[in-house]
Amino acid sequence: MSKEIIRLKDCTVAFDDEVILDNINLYFNDKEFLTLLGPSGCGKTTTLRLIGGFLKPTSGDVLFNGVRVNDVPPHKRKVNTIFQKYALFPHLDVFENVAFGLRIAKLSESEIRTRVMEMLEIVSLKGFQHRKVTSLSGGQQQRVAIARALVNRPKVLLLDEPLGALDLRLRKDMQIELKRIQQAMDITFIYVTHDQEEALAMSDTIVVMDKGKIQQIGTPEQVYNEPKNAFVADFIGESNILDGIMIEDYVVEIFGRKFRCIDKGFAPREPVDVVIRPEDIEIVEPQKGRLSGTVTSVTFKGVHYDVIVDFKGFKWLIQTTKFHYVGEEIGINIGPEQIHIMKKSEYSGKFGDYSSYSEEYEKITSEDWEDETEDEEDEA
Amino acid sequence: MRRRYLAAVPHVIWMAVFVVVPLILVVIYAFTSATGGFTLENFKNMGSYMNVFVRSLWLAFLATIICLLIGYPLSYVLSKEGPGMQRVFIMLIMLPMWINFLLRTYAWMSILENTGLINRLLSSLGIFNLINRIFGTNITYIPLINTQGAVVLGMVYNYLPFMVLPIYSVIVKIDPSLIEAAQDLGAGSFTVFRRVILPLSLPGVLSGITMVFVPAVSTFIISKLLGGGTSILLGDLIEMQFLGNAYNPHLGSAISLIMMIIIMICMYVMNKFGEGEEQAVIM
Amino acid sequence: MKKPSIFGRLLMALVFIFLYAPIAVLIVFSFNSSKSRTVWTGFTFDWYVKLFQDTTIMNSLYVTLLVSVLAAVIATVAGTIAAVGIYNMKRSQRNAILALNNIPVINADIITGVSMSLLFVSAASVLTKLSLALSQLFGAKINLSFDLGFGTLLIAHITFNVPYVILSVLPKLRQLDNNLFEAAQDLGATWLQAFFKVIIPQIRPGIVNGLIIAFTMSIDDFVISYFTAGRVQTLSMTIYSMTKKRITPEINALSTLLFIVVLLMLIIINVRQASQEKKLKKNSSRSNELNEIIEYTKI
Repeated sequence: MSKEIIRLKDCTVAFDDEVILDNINLYFNDKEFLTLLGPSGCGKTTTLRLIGGFLKPTSGDVLFNGVRVNDVPPHKRKVNTIFQKYALFPHLDVFENVAFGLRIAKLSESEIRTRVMEMLEIVSLKGFQHRKVTSLSGGQQQRVAIARALVNRPKVLLLDEPLGALDLRLRKDMQIELKRIQQAMDITFIYVTHDQEEALAMSDTIVVMDKGKIQQIGTPEQVYNEPKNAFVADFIGESNILDGIMIEDYVVEIFGRKFRCIDKGFAPREPVDVVIRPEDIEIVEPQKGRLSGTVTSVTFKGVHYDVIVDFKGFKWLIQTTKFHYVGEEIGINIGPEQIHIMKKSEYSGKFGDYSSYSEEYEKITSEDWEDETEDEEDEA
Repeated sequence: MRRRYLAAVPHVIWMAVFVVVPLILVVIYAFTSATGGFTLENFKNMGSYMNVFVRSLWLAFLATIICLLIGYPLSYVLSKEGPGMQRVFIMLIMLPMWINFLLRTYAWMSILENTGLINRLLSSLGIFNLINRIFGTNITYIPLINTQGAVVLGMVYNYLPFMVLPIYSVIVKIDPSLIEAAQDLGAGSFTVFRRVILPLSLPGVLSGITMVFVPAVSTFIISKLLGGGTSILLGDLIEMQFLGNAYNPHLGSAISLIMMIIIMICMYVMNKFGEGEEQAVIM
Repeated sequence: MKKPSIFGRLLMALVFIFLYAPIAVLIVFSFNSSKSRTVWTGFTFDWYVKLFQDTTIMNSLYVTLLVSVLAAVIATVAGTIAAVGIYNMKRSQRNAILALNNIPVINADIITGVSMSLLFVSAASVLTKLSLALSQLFGAKINLSFDLGFGTLLIAHITFNVPYVILSVLPKLRQLDNNLFEAAQDLGATWLQAFFKVIIPQIRPGIVNGLIIAFTMSIDDFVISYFTAGRVQTLSMTIYSMTKKRITPEINALSTLLFIVVLLMLIIINVRQASQEKKLKKNSSRSNELNEIIEYTKI
């Protein structure tokens, strides 16, 4: 049975007139890998800093094991943080960096030595203890940061986009590493990222945030397969988001055609947002499909082709392993499980179709990355 | 287009003529006598001025320590203020630096003189009468000026900003996430200071010490104006040899040479303490 | 977590009083109606009037301003060119030149002053002997020698100013994005055009700062001028001779005026800096730089 160890109750954070976090209610369990996921400026780092104690909520409470800790300063809270740019102490070597927290806790010299060396072994930095931190590579620095935090055996570890500065290969390896460490040490990881693939790969629970509000909480499968609104559907994975009308339970109408689906609980003829994942669409001959359209562009992606198809002016993205040529007339079929219905929200209609195909794929460029870090700093 | 470095050639020539050659001349003069032959006499004659050397080093040392004791805490508390306040206060600290050095020193004369402000104040408050009655003495003033204390005061007054600015500019550049990291690992404010801020501020401290000690050990105006004739320092000594009554450029050069060596030794020691990184500290 | 502590504020206040008390005294007594610098007898502007009538002071003020402006400008131009040269050197050469450059900066004033005066005096005596020899040779009166005066003063000032300019410009050169220069050439600019239209604007803050620092160093200098100015007097030298004799509060009046000028200058600089910082935050520097290059090279 998991135990709740941290809770944010009605937390709002506002600076002057700007609201960064809007009435957040969230709880964190023991031994869980939870990810706060969202675009830059959504408030995820702010939430993390609330927990770490670097920020006080304008209103609301932060509770550790049921006890209100709003006024407890960071150095007294029993959580540890891994900072975005690692924040390693440049004037200390690797050993002293890792030992920092232990020295403050006044552990015995031999205890410190044992724990530090053990930790260095766990993060694969054996033999590095006397190196200067400024001479290490990004990946190595990151592992020192991890060691420095974990050597204190915290119950909760806060990670602020720790993998952002690493290259792709290293990032994927570290994702596996971090997950392994979390499970081996039975610690709660509260992880912040804007990379949805990363979140899906590592988390037990994902909290999707935007504009200071929680959009959805769920397991990776839930968040991917059953997004609650257009924002979540668009942010996670690729989605075709269409307007539809719920005729009745299990039947939805799109483009004037009725489709079977598996959702219910909507009012008769209620306007809804319909989400269909590009990999869930089956391409058939035009006469055999429920809808038919023309292919306008094809891009080879290695694993599959991205095919943009125009249906009566609305452009869909379909991912398929078969090649189709531009101008080809095709038909599509969608099974009931592949159609997901969401209630209309403020995000409806905001994400359009795949007319501007290339923009959809510019998920994270280096410029976005810079902007994001600036925002997070300002939030502090 | 690497020929661009040739642009620096005129500069090198100028420096060679107007900086290097003069220094070579100093060395030459130090080792020659008025008649032109090689001699070590000048250095022997310096022996009689040993007390001047000691005094100069001692007063400069005192002034440096006092500047450090005042300047470091000041830099630290300043770094914690808001940016507007910081900018204003730095401007206020820099402002006296831009006022003529002589005038700044001269200003203290009116305050410290026997008939100066402090003594007048004490007198009008009846302090002297009180002391005279208790101790049976007959004083009308406290001798503040023309003492070594006044000279040190003058040095501290003139050079304090040179200690504050380097230290402040280093402290303020410390990555705030380092401080948060230390707090995250359990350090309270004092520990954060001791283990993170202090070690990282050392380059600034070394800069500050250098920028105070060097002028302090070589000044001659402060000692003239505030020390009267009682505490002659190295600077006074050198001045006298070149432009003063006892015209002896050879002796003056010898003393200058020794002063340069003292300064170079101090700076070498400082560099050893520091990490030998760039010392570019421009205001 | 920035709570200003009481002790901190107290310390700042004490230091502030310490720094400004003497200045306040100077200013107050500049208006004193008697000669005394310590006993207040009444308010008057007399000393200010006398100040402007004092030819010695006015002359030395003129000398100081002239030498400072000339030295600062020449040093800035020379220093900027030198900085460009240094920037393009190999590491070992560069370090050597920078070490050479630092000598006047680190050396005590008095050493610089004394050594330069040795240079001038020696050079003068050599030239005198040469002139005598040549005069005898050619049977005419030839004098190649010189006295210490404005010329030597100017040379000395330029010499100690240039290093500060270099130290001000060089970091800006280092911050330069090399790509900008290449972009300009790619768009058709010759090396010289690219230099003036792209590099100079980028390092302008460094050049301006260097100019200001050089000017300030010159205005404020006493020791080096003292040893190299010969029969010419700078303002500081005049003040020095005034402090040695029993003087009138004219000197206080002078101090007050200088103080006001410097205060105004600092305020202006600070306001400029604050507004520049605001501008930087608003604009995206990259796109502006590129736009500027395109603009410049079009012309």
